[in-house]
Amino acid sequence: MDYFIELFCSGLTRGSIYALIALGYTMVYGIIGLINFAHGEIYMIGAFTSFIVATVLSIYGFPLAAIVVVAGVAAAIWSSAYGYTVEKIAYKPLRHAPRLAPLISAIGMSILLQNYVLLAQTSDFLPFPELIPEFSFVEPIAHIIGSSDIVILLTTTVVMLALTFLIKFTRIGKAMRATAQDRTMALLVGINVDRVISATFIIGSALAAIGGLLIASHIGQINFAIGFIAGIKAFTAAVLGGIGSIPGAVLGSLILGLTESFATGYISSDYEDVFAFSLLVLILIFKPSGLLGKAETKKV
Amino acid sequence: MMNKSILEVSGLTMDFGGIRALDRLDLDVGPKEIVALIGPNGAGKTTFFNCLTGIYLPSAGDIRLVSPQTGKQSRLNGLKPNKITKKGVARTFQNIRLFSQMTVLENVMIGRHCRTSSLILGAILRTRRTRKEEQETIDKSYDILEKVGLSEQANEFASNLSYGAQRRLEIARALATEPFLLLLDEPAAGMNPQETADLVTLILQIRDEGHAILLIEHDMKLVMSLSDRIFVMDYGKKIAQGAPAEIRVNRAVIKAYLGEDEGPDNA
Amino acid sequence: MITVKEVKRSLLVSLWFVFLTFPLMVIKVNPYERTVSWRWRNMVYVAIGTFVITLLAKAWFARKEKRMARQQDSCHLRLPIIQRILQKPGYRNSLAVFLLGAALAFPHLFSTYQANIMTTALMYIVLGLGLNIVVGVAGLLDLGYVAFYAVGAYSYALLNLHFDLGFWTVLPIGGLLAALFGVLLGFPVLRLRGDYLAIVTLGFGEIIRLILENWNAFSKGPSGISNIPRPGFFGLEMSLDQAMIYMYYLMIGLLLVTIFVVNRLQDSRLGRAWLALREDEIACQAMGIDKTRTKLIAFSLGAFWAGLIGVIFAAKTTFVNPASFTFMESAIILSIVVLGGMGSIVGVILGALILVLLPEYLRALSEYRMLAFGAILVAMMIFKPEGLIANVRRSYCYHGKKSNTALKNDE
Ligand SMILES: Nc1ncnc2c1ncn2[C@@H]1O[C@H](COP(=O)(O)OP(=O)(O)O)[C@@H](O)[C@H]1O
Ligand SMILES: [Mg+2]
Repeated sequence: MDYFIELFCSGLTRGSIYALIALGYTMVYGIIGLINFAHGEIYMIGAFTSFIVATVLSIYGFPLAAIVVVAGVAAAIWSSAYGYTVEKIAYKPLRHAPRLAPLISAIGMSILLQNYVLLAQTSDFLPFPELIPEFSFVEPIAHIIGSSDIVILLTTTVVMLALTFLIKFTRIGKAMRATAQDRTMALLVGINVDRVISATFIIGSALAAIGGLLIASHIGQINFAIGFIAGIKAFTAAVLGGIGSIPGAVLGSLILGLTESFATGYISSDYEDVFAFSLLVLILIFKPSGLLGKAETKKV
Repeated sequence: MMNKSILEVSGLTMDFGGIRALDRLDLDVGPKEIVALIGPNGAGKTTFFNCLTGIYLPSAGDIRLVSPQTGKQSRLNGLKPNKITKKGVARTFQNIRLFSQMTVLENVMIGRHCRTSSLILGAILRTRRTRKEEQETIDKSYDILEKVGLSEQANEFASNLSYGAQRRLEIARALATEPFLLLLDEPAAGMNPQETADLVTLILQIRDEGHAILLIEHDMKLVMSLSDRIFVMDYGKKIAQGAPAEIRVNRAVIKAYLGEDEGPDNA
Repeated sequence: MITVKEVKRSLLVSLWFVFLTFPLMVIKVNPYERTVSWRWRNMVYVAIGTFVITLLAKAWFARKEKRMARQQDSCHLRLPIIQRILQKPGYRNSLAVFLLGAALAFPHLFSTYQANIMTTALMYIVLGLGLNIVVGVAGLLDLGYVAFYAVGAYSYALLNLHFDLGFWTVLPIGGLLAALFGVLLGFPVLRLRGDYLAIVTLGFGEIIRLILENWNAFSKGPSGISNIPRPGFFGLEMSLDQAMIYMYYLMIGLLLVTIFVVNRLQDSRLGRAWLALREDEIACQAMGIDKTRTKLIAFSLGAFWAGLIGVIFAAKTTFVNPASFTFMESAIILSIVVLGGMGSIVGVILGALILVLLPEYLRALSEYRMLAFGAILVAMMIFKPEGLIANVRRSYCYHGKKSNTALKNDE
């Protein structure tokens, strides 16, 4: 039974990380209808930035609390900056191009960013500093759930609530919803669609950066390639929940996280990634609109 | 009339989420008949075409087709668009959907696709049969282009044509599929008076060659002069049907069009 | 031509990039020795590099706009020089004969080592031509192309290991098996929207690789399968050098067949349907084209070629392991098609030669190879989506007489 609960908890942890990344996919897709292949790389850049900042600060002897805050903020700022720039360079000029063009451009961006980090930094795995201390109150249940799991779950919940608030009640959030529903209409009622798109990329990137920081300190190491698999998995989660739907992305992520956790725990850990990919292929074949997405008839 | 019709639609309903775009619509078309479908913007006319040609899956209702050649009856609901085209129904699109990166002739040749059969081996080995079929495709497509008056531009890109010419190319492409029922979605939209007059001649010529035509159009002069019968829709429902003379004086129709730029009285 | 305003804007862009790249380009930490190195020089490189690139991009767009305006006046498209040569049958044929002669003489003029590199380039050309049917002509973004390549390679390795089947027997089997995989995967997923297809094929490619990596009993896992025999030639014994030159000629042969077949396919009922499908699926269906079936044919034909080259790859290296079949391999082949020009045979050949030979001969550049491939995909989409050599539409003869209008460039 303990094993089951342990798998359940680690599944939730995984799932909430996926959710932080999946939200970026789903929001961008909802607004410009593009699979942002480079989103996984934004997450990786977030992890790398927080690694660099945290290590520098710890070398210069800053206290842990300061390190965590500064590293988190830096990761969010730079990831957002990358997300914003990627949109401006690789997607904006192609907004009216044939449908294959932005996809190819997105894949190119993904490869470009991966190799940029590889060349600018290193191809080795790097040890990520321990940012989350072992809480003493966790000790009695440490065999089931660790401190970092708790921190991740809590942070994710807070971030989700903040995002919900932002989308429901703020001006930019309302503009985002309007644009997602009907871009032409949004333009007509005077919404600055370019600004909304940029905001979407920035918010999505910041969320991914937080995910990057959390997962890196949880696992304890990073390298330039972590974004690729994480990206596909988060995308799977977004599709599972129904791409374009924000609650869907969270639900899909939790389901994917739990599935992976149980499958690796009870079946085999060799095929960890195969489970996710197979799930992706199966959903797209049998229910491409996902769990919470609505099947739309394209207007002709 | 009923038992001779080639298209019989009954109770056709189409829902999009909460919106009911078609509401229990009945309609029929007889052989070699020109039938017009009119109604204000957003009435559901294009949606009707989309259901008929299998692009949308209707929520309820029945679409039956009777081939005038064989007399065979078939139900179109749930068939894929290409199957319906093969059965002899072809259409044009209101928002022109030509293959703009292909030449005018090639656009028409695409229409021949469902009446030809060569595949991989034929293409690679270029057998005598394939070559014959290919030449036939070219010749027939060229003939159709001559009919609609586009043979001069056969090797231009479709995107380089004028608006009116693009509409005619849409018709040519549809004709290439050898339909017995041709659906035209606002064929005169954006045409100047001269082009519209040519279009009327073309539609009559197509009818005389044995095709039945179902036509969506806002140009009332064209509709009144061409149609044998007219169906009028508003908010997804049929509000009137009859000969042009009847429709012209129908109160419901006049009411539906009140406030529209081009009411039926302008005819 | 360059205004002060543009220079100012470029400066701002360059400043932005200095900020953007600051943590990753400038700081480098060593977490073990706990040291930090500040690489300020990189900052200068970034500043200058982005400034120049921005200015160049602005100039490019300005030029393009001017050219568009001019074209609208004259309505006569001016073709690039390569295309003008390609369109004159006389020039084209003599160029083809010359290239064929050069290709045949190549192993005798240069070393076997060079011939070996050329063989690799030829393999990529054929892979590119295969993927070109799928992506370039039919417009299906297949990101798992390498999976079919792996199917071919492993068919030869395994069929040879277990049943002792020879190269020439497995060559068609490998191709057909890959095509079968294409049909099995394509049948359910080709109904999907284009971007979903891209990600499903990507996932499928990864699944195949992961299975090869983990299913030791079947594929011998990450260590792979070695001692795969080279192709035989009527039982003749060959030295290593001879075997390599033999491979070279074999690839030349296969390339010629491929060009012939792809050319004929493109110029056929099927080829037209593919092109039309790439442009507008709904209009295609309304014209009576069976969307799924037509796509499936393109998809599995592409897979067939990947399978063939897979078998040849296994025979050439005499060793296969899963590491040869990563997503990056698919990305390279995609870059070849995109750089050369989607749908254009000459373009794909040129693209493959550039992308395979350049890093091979400029060793200093090979480190930046993947970076460049990514950049090429983005830059081509933005600056020159039709590729280096655009596909050309042909005109037809009707009623036996040739049309009087000249060929038009597909731009
Ligand atoms: N794919 C679709 N999804 C949602 N609503 C649609 C779709 N297609 C059409 N509609 C709606 O159906 C109604 C009828 O539209 P349409 O058939 O295009 O009208 P018409 O051609 O008569 O001008 C409109 O309210 C339109 O918004
Ligand atoms: Mg309409």
